[in-house]
Amino acid sequence: MSAGVEVVVEGLTKSFDQSVIWSDVTLTLPAGEISVLLGPSGTGKSVFLKSLIGLLKPERGSILIHDTDLVHCSERRLYEIRKLFGVLFQDGALFGSMNLYDNVAFPLREHTRKSEREIRAIVGEKMEMVGLTGDERKLPGQISGGMRKRAGLARALVLDPEIVLFDEPDSGLDPVRTAYLNQLIVDLNAQTDATFLIVTHDINTASTLPDNIGMLYRKRLAAFGPREVLLTSTEPAVAQFLTGRRQGPIGMSEEKDAAQAQREMAEIKGEPAGLPELRPQLTPSPGLPRRKAVSRRMDRVMGMLHALPSAAQDAIRDSLPDPHRREVL
Amino acid sequence: MTSGFPGRGALVQTGRLFALGLDVTRSLFQRPFQAREFIGQAWFITKVSALPTALFTIPFGATIALLLAELARQFGAQSQTGAGSVLAIVQQAAPIVTALLIAGAGGAAVCADLGARTIREEIDALEVLGISPIQRLVAPRVLAMILVAVVLNGLATVVGIAGGYYFNVVVQGGTPGAYIASFNTIAQVSDIWISELKAALFGLSAGIVAAYRGLNPPPGPKGVGEAVNQSVVISFVLVFLIDLVVTAIYLQIVPPKGG
Repeated sequence: MSAGVEVVVEGLTKSFDQSVIWSDVTLTLPAGEISVLLGPSGTGKSVFLKSLIGLLKPERGSILIHDTDLVHCSERRLYEIRKLFGVLFQDGALFGSMNLYDNVAFPLREHTRKSEREIRAIVGEKMEMVGLTGDERKLPGQISGGMRKRAGLARALVLDPEIVLFDEPDSGLDPVRTAYLNQLIVDLNAQTDATFLIVTHDINTASTLPDNIGMLYRKRLAAFGPREVLLTSTEPAVAQFLTGRRQGPIGMSEEKDAAQAQREMAEIKGEPAGLPELRPQLTPSPGLPRRKAVSRRMDRVMGMLHALPSAAQDAIRDSLPDPHRREVL
Repeated sequence: MTSGFPGRGALVQTGRLFALGLDVTRSLFQRPFQAREFIGQAWFITKVSALPTALFTIPFGATIALLLAELARQFGAQSQTGAGSVLAIVQQAAPIVTALLIAGAGGAAVCADLGARTIREEIDALEVLGISPIQRLVAPRVLAMILVAVVLNGLATVVGIAGGYYFNVVVQGGTPGAYIASFNTIAQVSDIWISELKAALFGLSAGIVAAYRGLNPPPGPKGVGEAVNQSVVISFVLVFLIDLVVTAIYLQIVPPKGG
């Protein structure tokens, strides 16, 4: 299994015709870690994801992977770099005319010279990873949305990608299936150590799954950082989104006027409800290896600890295993 | 971005349509050729358009035959009914029926199929897997449209002439021998060639329009429906325009036999 790779995005700007989708987005997806990109509907989260793989061309900025700038490289190089990516599309994007086995085997048949016997072994392994053993002969039209997503995930993983992108893995799934899928994502990260980016607007996913969280809001990246920083943030838009309330700067359309904001604030008595209690991060299922990203991330976060807000510092200290906690305190 | 002027949108769309046409032409020569996709699509397009073509041509051929027979009778040229009828069917009726069916049935089916794949993100998934959807999906479809158009044109010609014969000879009581003998008095072999060339051009243009609309549907669940609708309308206009231009050029450069 290949280890993850760092993705450095700098000053990225994307617009369609006259309207800017987001501008000047700068962030680094740390190697092997799980990052979540949050944002209200229609803020261009999926557009960001498609820009990362070069399906859409941003006007300005750069995306660096292995020292290659995806925004300015040749078409040929782009096709090369894309082989490092696995992408889970919203509905799995399975090829409707092929059964699940052929769907998952497709990238192997296209890009490798493996024999059918080798392909069968690899496909079998990935199907088992996502819990679809025995469903190989079914067609995408015959299975549920959750199964399609898992099959799409198996196909995304079959070339051992270094970066895996998830476009709203939790959309259209009930809370229980979402929990299973999130656990699967953590387990896969432990097994592959690939860099994960998940685009979602599900608060439950955002609060338990990722190492890092970013939020797109008002055509820019409002925040990006370790999960503790965002989940304890007092920034009005971030806090409003994470508590899922009406009171705050985010309106039904992108922005709302001051009068409406005041009226809504007056509706609630006293202080708006605070952020929910910080929940522990998901860990891999028993029997799986530890996530290598966890220790790398701890080193990284510890290095920047003094620069973080105090609430985030406390949250990070609380999350440390006992021997560590004594050292830092 | 330049500021808009009236008709800018139409020009941009036309430019993109031609760009897709060029991409498709280029990828027709790229290996490996997608033989399975080509055969599958050719069969699929044949299935949706062959029977309607035959059903369409019988009344259409009959109308022309009846009209021509009436005209010929008024001029006292009954013996030449077959000559006029075969020329009308080979040169115009068969290509027009082919144009209607290849754009209306074949193109609509191709556009709906590609449109559904686009909104299911199958096209994006292909690109992410480093595979060109133009080479993989569009080129075999356009090629299949061309092949099927040429075959349909042959079918429409045969059915049309048979229908004309039935109505002129059996229904109106014409002389079978004179009817058939007059076939080649003004029709010539190059008429068939130009008819087939027109059919191939119809298949090409309807195929590219269908692919273009299918790959760029308006957003939302209604989008694919709208795309199919637009694809049919645009290809109708385009194929009849091509028909006019090719016919005009042909009549200029190939002298009619009767003259």
